[in-house]
Amino acid sequence: MPETTKTAAEETVPVAAAPAEAARDSGPAPGKPRSLAADAWAELRRNPLFVISAVLIFFLLVVAAFPSLFTSADPTAGDLSEHFLDKPKLGHFFQPDWFGYDNQGRSIYARVVYGTRVSIIVGVGVTVLVTVFGGLLGMLAGYFGGLWDTILSRLTDIFFGIPFLLGAMVVLNAFTDRTVWTVIGALAFLGWTQITRVMRGAVITAKHADYVVAARALGASTSRILFRHILPNAVAPVIVVATIALGTYIVAESTLSFLGLGLGTNDVSWGGDIDTATDHIRNAPHLLFFPAGMLSLTVLAFIMLGDAVREALDPKLR
Amino acid sequence: MTILDMTADVPAPRDAGGPLLEVRDLHVEFHTRDGVAKAVNGVNYTVSAGETLAVLGESGSGKSVTAQAIMGILDMPPGRIPQGEIFFHGQDMLKMSGEERRKIRGRQIAMIFQDALSSLNPVLSVGYQLGEMFRVHQGLSKKEAKAKAIELMDRVRIPAARERVNDYPHQFSGGMRQRIMIAMALALEPDLIIADEPTTALDVTVQAQVMDLLAELQREYNMGLILITHDLGVVADVADKIAVMYAGRIVETAPVHELYKRPAHPYTKGLLDSIPRLDQKGQELYAIKGLPPNLTRIPTGCAFNPRCAMAQDICRTEIPALHPVTERDGGELVGRGSACHFWKETIHG
Repeated sequence: MPETTKTAAEETVPVAAAPAEAARDSGPAPGKPRSLAADAWAELRRNPLFVISAVLIFFLLVVAAFPSLFTSADPTAGDLSEHFLDKPKLGHFFQPDWFGYDNQGRSIYARVVYGTRVSIIVGVGVTVLVTVFGGLLGMLAGYFGGLWDTILSRLTDIFFGIPFLLGAMVVLNAFTDRTVWTVIGALAFLGWTQITRVMRGAVITAKHADYVVAARALGASTSRILFRHILPNAVAPVIVVATIALGTYIVAESTLSFLGLGLGTNDVSWGGDIDTATDHIRNAPHLLFFPAGMLSLTVLAFIMLGDAVREALDPKLR
Repeated sequence: MTILDMTADVPAPRDAGGPLLEVRDLHVEFHTRDGVAKAVNGVNYTVSAGETLAVLGESGSGKSVTAQAIMGILDMPPGRIPQGEIFFHGQDMLKMSGEERRKIRGRQIAMIFQDALSSLNPVLSVGYQLGEMFRVHQGLSKKEAKAKAIELMDRVRIPAARERVNDYPHQFSGGMRQRIMIAMALALEPDLIIADEPTTALDVTVQAQVMDLLAELQREYNMGLILITHDLGVVADVADKIAVMYAGRIVETAPVHELYKRPAHPYTKGLLDSIPRLDQKGQELYAIKGLPPNLTRIPTGCAFNPRCAMAQDICRTEIPALHPVTERDGGELVGRGSACHFWKETIHG
C-alpha cells in the first residue's frame, strides 16, 4: 500500500519507518487498540509519582472506611489518668498510646485514624459536587455561548472574587448545628468557579473542532454532541484540576475546624485536633505533629496524583 | 373560478422527476467587525440523482459556504442567509425547523470533510463513530451497530475491518481515515453526498484511490454528489458538470470536458492556463495577476474585473448575468453558461 502519511502516536514506531507502517496498515493491527484513557493508564503505571500517591490514597481510603481495623481505642473516650505531657510511645505500634494522649487523655493515634474519615469525605464530597455542578455550568456556558455565557461567566467572576476561606467562614457562621454535609455544602458553594472556568475553556476549544462539525453534519443531536463528542475531549483538564483541588478542600476543612467554624467538638477532625494542640505546642509538640503530619501527607498524596494524571493526560508533556 | 383554474397557478410538485437538489439565488453573508462579508451572492445550481457536480473555486470563493448552507451547519450568527431557497426533494430546507433539518442530515444528505483526522473524534473508536450513525438514526443496538460498522469498513475496502473496528483514528493512515469518513457518509445510503475537498489532505496516489472509490460507490447507490474542490485534476475524471465560482457567484457552468476544451470565462481560462504542462518545461508558469477580492468590499460590476485582461468600462459598472453560451453560429451548447459580458470573445477567440 502506498500509504505513507501515517501519523500514529505510537511511541514504539518511529515516524520515518514507512515500510513498517505500510505493512501494519494492510495487516491486522498488532496489540490492542488504545484509547486516550488506555494510553493514559499505561503512562500512569510507569510513573513512580502515581504509584506512590495511589498506594497512599488507597491506604487512606481503607483507613477512612474501616478505622476500627487500625485501632481498638475509642477516639472520643478520655482517660484522664493518661497525661498529655508524657512522650508518645513510638515503639508501641498500633497501641492507643503509640502517638501519646491529648489534653483530655484521648488516644492521639485513634483520633488521627478516625479523623481520616472526615477529611476524605469532605475532600471527595466537595470535589464531586464542584465537578458535577461547576462542570455542567462550564459546559453550558462554553457550548451555548452568547447570553448564557455572559451571565454564567459574570456569575463565575462574582464567586471567584469571594475569598474562599473567608466566604466559607461567613457561610458556616450562619449555621449553629454544623455537620460534615454543611461543611461540604459551604465549600462547594464557593469553590465551583475554578472548574467552571476550566471546563468552559476546554468546551470552547472542542466545540470548534472539525469532528464536532462533522458530527453535526451527520445528524447528531445537541445532547449527543455535548456528552459524547465534546465532553470526553474536554474532561482531561477538569480531572487534573479536580484532583489537585481535592487536597485544598481537605486543608480548607481542617482550617475551618481549627478556627472553630468547621465541625463541632464532638466530631473527630484533624483540624480540630490541631486547634487543641496549639495551646500546648511548647511542652507537648506531639499533639500538633501527628494530625498535622497526616494532613500534610494526605494533601501531598492528592497533589502528586493530580500531577501524575496531568502528565498522563497532556500529550505535550510526554 | 373552478378548481382547475386554481391548480393552474400552483407550480407542479418538484418531486416528480425534478432535480434532487436545487439551489436558487442563494445569498450568504457574515457579519464581522470589518463589515458584512458577502460570501455567497446569488448561487444557482441543481444536482440530480446519480449526477456529479463539481464546484470549483479558490479559497474564499464561497464554494464551501454554499455547501454548509445546504447542510445547515453554518454558524448563525455570524452567518445569515438573507435570500434564497434550497429545494431538496422539492421542499425548501430553509423553511424547515431545526429538528426536521437534523433528521435530513446524515440520513438523506451527508458530508465528507477535508481533513479526516480532525473530523474524526480522537477519543472514540472508529467502530463506535461508524456505529453511531445507526444508533442515532435507526436505533440499532450496540452489537448490531458494530456489525454494520464492520460491513461498512469492508465496503470502503479497509483491510482487516473486523480486527480494526476498535482502533482509534490516529492509528489509521490518511487514506484509510478518509475511507472511514466516506463510510460514515455512506452509512445510511443518503440521496446526496457533499464532499468538501475530500482529497486535499492526501498525497496524489491515495487521492486517486479515494476518488475512484467515491465515484464507484456513487454509481452503485445512484447518489447525487457535489464535489467541492480547487483541484482541476481531481475534477476531470469524476464530475459530469462543473460550476466555477468566483467571489460568491457562479461565473461559468459547463459539462466537464467542454470546460477544459473551451472555457467561456476569462477566470476559467486563467485557471486552466495556470496548470503546469509538460510542453512548457522551463517556461515561467502563468498566474492570474492580482488577489481574490475582499468579501467585505467586492468590486462593483463584475467581481473579476480588476484582474481581467479583457475588462472594459461595462465590466466595472454592470454585473454580468449568467449568459447561455452558444456556438459561433448560434447552435445550442447544452448546460453551458458564462457570467461574462465578453463570453463570445472568450470562447470563440
